[in-house]
Amino acid sequence: MMSMLKVSVWRGDETGGFVEYAVPRADNQTVLDVVTHIQRELDPSLAYRFACRVGMCGSCAMMVNGVARWTCRTHVSKVAQDGRVQLAPLANLPLVRDLVCDMRGFFDKWARAKGSFRGALSRHDDFARVRPDSAARVAVDASIECIGCGVCYAACDVVRWQPEYLGPAALNRAWTLQNDERDTARQERLEAVAGDAGCHSCHSTMGCTERCPKHLSPTAGIAGLKRMAFAAALRGEL
Amino acid sequence: MSTARRETRLALAQRASAAILALCTLIHLATIVYAIRGGLSAGEILERTRSSIAAAAFYGLFLAAVAVHAPLGLRNVAREWLGLHGRALEALTVALAVLLLVLGGRALWAVVG
Repeated sequence: MMSMLKVSVWRGDETGGFVEYAVPRADNQTVLDVVTHIQRELDPSLAYRFACRVGMCGSCAMMVNGVARWTCRTHVSKVAQDGRVQLAPLANLPLVRDLVCDMRGFFDKWARAKGSFRGALSRHDDFARVRPDSAARVAVDASIECIGCGVCYAACDVVRWQPEYLGPAALNRAWTLQNDERDTARQERLEAVAGDAGCHSCHSTMGCTERCPKHLSPTAGIAGLKRMAFAAALRGEL
Repeated sequence: MSTARRETRLALAQRASAAILALCTLIHLATIVYAIRGGLSAGEILERTRSSIAAAAFYGLFLAAVAVHAPLGLRNVAREWLGLHGRALEALTVALAVLLLVLGGRALWAVVG
């Protein structure tokens, strides 16, 4: 007999509830495979997001058994408990419906943290030369692979307690740019991330670092921003 | 003062006061253990601390570090759990610092006054 997985999926808006589906188990089945099966075979009205299916785009993150995960790279065998899985939209973000949440607040915070590069050179200038073994470039390497999936944001206690807090992803992005020697907005960015709901609000509970599917450590980047702000304050530059 | 400047200075003050508190607590505990080894009574200890400039300076520093550190920690709690912001948050922080200074000041006076 075919083995079945019992899947509880959040349906509707904030006033909705969990609906149970039975999905056939398969070898090497991912949680995203399960959601896709439900949408294609059982209930086409199910709303969810995905794009690349290979852990690059960061669009398929959900709460799996209460834990934020990227579903395309999460095997059912790893998370199923007694043949059951519960799927809900990412925490700490407003719900649109079913498994889709509104990511605007998340990305608006990247903008508030001055998360875009600003350089002084144009296409007519020669390439900037950055030493790959310099301390700043090594720090960038450690943080640059963020795919913007929102898992860290959903796993962050401080975001839950203080909704204005910029959050681990935006601060991690700011940290990479603060270490980019070509960037010309570093003072402005430091002002933006060291304010009321910025890096000093982080309690280093490390939920983001524990859950980041790319094994980055936003906590380390946030600690770096704190050190950078302290040094600037002691120099009288902040 | 910009919020970045204020928050960074407050975070620095909280860390610096934590370092002072850690040192003061160790010295305080070591002094207690040393003082009671020979069976000194509370009265005999107070005889030695009263009018002592060193005791007044040490416990004064201890009290100042407490009055900086604890209100800043509670400020974070009030912001996250009570949703306080702006003037209400700053007023609460200052009030807690004053309360600790008054209560701690009375205790300090009892020991060294």
